[in-house]
Formats: sequence, structure tokens, C-alpha cells
Amino acid sequence: MSEPTPWRGEPRQIRSAGGSSAANLADVLERVLDKGVVIAGDIQINLLDIELLTVKLRLLVASVDKAKEMGIDWWEHDPALSSRARRREDEELAEENRRLRERVAALEEHRTAEVTAAPTHSARWGPREEPSERDFAPRPAEGEEDHGPA
Amino acid sequence: MGPPEYADYVYAVCRPFDAGAVDGLTGVGGHPVHVVTEARLTAVVSTVPLHEFGEQALRNSLEDLRWLEEVARAHHGVVEAVGRRTVTVPLRLATVYHSDERVREVLREHGEAFEAALRELAGRVELGVKVYAEAPAPSVPPARPSSGEANPGRAYLRRRKEQRDRRDDTWQRAVELCERADEVLGGLAWARERHRPQSAALSEASGENVMNNAYLVDEERVEAFLATARELDSHAPEGVRIEVSGPWAPYSFATGRPSEVNT
Repeated sequence: MSEPTPWRGEPRQIRSAGGSSAANLADVLERVLDKGVVIAGDIQINLLDIELLTVKLRLLVASVDKAKEMGIDWWEHDPALSSRARRREDEELAEENRRLRERVAALEEHRTAEVTAAPTHSARWGPREEPSERDFAPRPAEGEEDHGPA
Repeated sequence: MGPPEYADYVYAVCRPFDAGAVDGLTGVGGHPVHVVTEARLTAVVSTVPLHEFGEQALRNSLEDLRWLEEVARAHHGVVEAVGRRTVTVPLRLATVYHSDERVREVLREHGEAFEAALRELAGRVELGVKVYAEAPAPSVPPARPSSGEANPGRAYLRRRKEQRDRRDDTWQRAVELCERADEVLGGLAWARERHRPQSAALSEASGENVMNNAYLVDEERVEAFLATARELDSHAPEGVRIEVSGPWAPYSFATGRPSEVNT
């Protein structure tokens, strides 16, 4: 028998409050879904992979574009992202890109029309028509939606 | 004869320990926890009804974030409780077998891999380190009312550019801090895993998560690691901060992949 190896008990955190029971859900999910030993269960976990990944990507992928913009792209080479995950992600990103392109086109059209025709309405073409997680700026963007005092 | 109505949900594999330690411990769905031991390996399991953890049930439930959160937290709670007693290899969420006997078979079948993982993880914990960047608020208010702007379109673009510049500065500083933190903290760790940056919508943290790493650290070095992280954070440039979570059971280093040993 080997000696049990006790771990030092109490969770410690520098800033975030609370112990393990208050652990950030994202921290817990990325560990229990994405990490941990993966062995085939009798319940067909392989079929579940797609569902797991769908959830995972929906929850975790939102920051990818921003990080990429910064030149941080290590997950591109992360073997944890299976080709299946990649394919799914590509589809989602392609769809996202398509929607963003449409939105940009709509905004540009809108802007051209207003700059030439009705400049006093400029407040209307604030930077976003709907909250976007892909935008780095804190929400709401100060002083843009509104020309009045914050 | 119908299919069995119950199955074993397995949380983790660890060294055998006093089974009385899990008395009263409950896991997913509030189901009690017991242990299944084979030779020098113990699986920590709950007997669960298949109508909750069968294939079809899981398919449906995994898409339900509230259900997922409950199960993820319960899974994590058991892993933590066991991890406080003995070196523990967490399994991925929703690893389910038909019976205790099947669990024993799996322990035999994967015995060597589990032994190797337990050897590597013994006496070590995982610490999470995140770097956040937050673009500062505009220092100069956009003072002029729109009626005073010769061209509101140009004014808008100017403000956008200023905002972009501030943002770029913050990102540049954040990237530098990430590199430095990884170098310094990595020097105190056995291994490092990179998680993807988290969505602010889920983590509810302010600012942008630009680095999200996990480090495998000797128990004896945890204090030094935390102190170093605190030090890095206290000298972090404006708009950038470091947060540490854990110690965690070594989830990120129990993936069955060779871990990245820091040089």
C-alpha cells in the first residue's frame, strides 16, 4: 500500500472571493468538461462528444477573436481541440463572420446615408447595434452612444 | 429482461483510502458516493439511475446549462473532497459504467496509465492563473456637443481611433505581462496547460481574459507561487491584472497526454 498523499486543504485565491464551492463556473466547466482523464464509458460518451463540445464552444469560445487579434493563438495548436471540435468551431466562426460582414455592410450603408443626409443623427450610429462579446471595449462604451454626459 | 436501471458514475481514480471517508458524501444528483477498489486503485463512484445518466438522458441534459452546472459542481465537489485525502486522478464529467464489476474491469484494463498518472500527480496541485486586460475609460470626455462638430462623422471616427489606441496599449501591456507571468510562474511549476481565454459572459469577470493557464505545482511551492503571483499583480501595469484560482485537483494534468514539462 502506498501512503495516502494528503493535499493541503483550503482553497486560496488572491482576488476572487470564496472557496471551492464558490468556484467560478467557467473554471469548473473547463476542467470537468475539457480536462480530466477521458476513458470510454459504457454509456456512449463518444456520441456525446459533439454535445459536450457544442456546449463548451458556446461557453468558452467567445474570447477567441480578441485574443487572436493580440497574436495569442496557442489553442490553434492545442491537441485538446480535436479535429471534430475544430470543424464545429469553423462552422460557427464562418457563420459568425457572415453575420458580422452583413452587419458591417448594413452599418456602412447606414453611415453613408446619414453623413450625407442627416448628420445630426450621428448618435444613432454608435459602434454597435447589439451587444457583442467580441468587442473589447467595456460595455456600454462611454460617450459614444450618447453625446450627453455619462 | 429489461435493461439495468442503474449505472455507476465515476468521478475519479485514486489510491485506496479509508472508505469511511466518503460516508455521507453525495455527488451528482445528490446520490451517495462509494468506492470500488481493485488492487492498488480505487474508483470513486455514485450509483445513478439511468433515466438521469443514460445515453439519451445525458444527450438532452448536457445542453441544459443549469443541469450542467449542478452536475459539474457536484462532480467537482467529490473530486475535491477525495483530493484532500489522497492523490487523485479526476475523470471527465459523465463517465458512466454499467456496474461496479465493469468499473473493476476498467481499473484493471487501464491500471498502468492510472498508476503513471498517480505517480506524476502525487504531492502536486493545480493552480489557475488568468490575466485580464481592461481598456481604461476615456480620459478626455468627448466634450463638444454634436452641434459644435464641423463633421459628426469625423468626430465619431476620431473617438473610435482614440479608443482603439488606448485599447492597443492595454493589450500590448497585457501581452507583456502574460509572457512575464508565464515565465516566472512556470519556473515554479512542473508543467503548464493552456486553457482558452474565458468568455466574460460566463465568468462574469470584468475585463478581457487574455491568458488562462493552469500550472502543476508541488504542494511545498504553493505559497511561493501565490506570493509570486501576488507580486506580479501588484506591479501589473494599469488596466491589466492577474487572478489566481485553486489549488485545484490536477484536472488539467490528468488528460492522458504527456504533460509539458517546464524547462
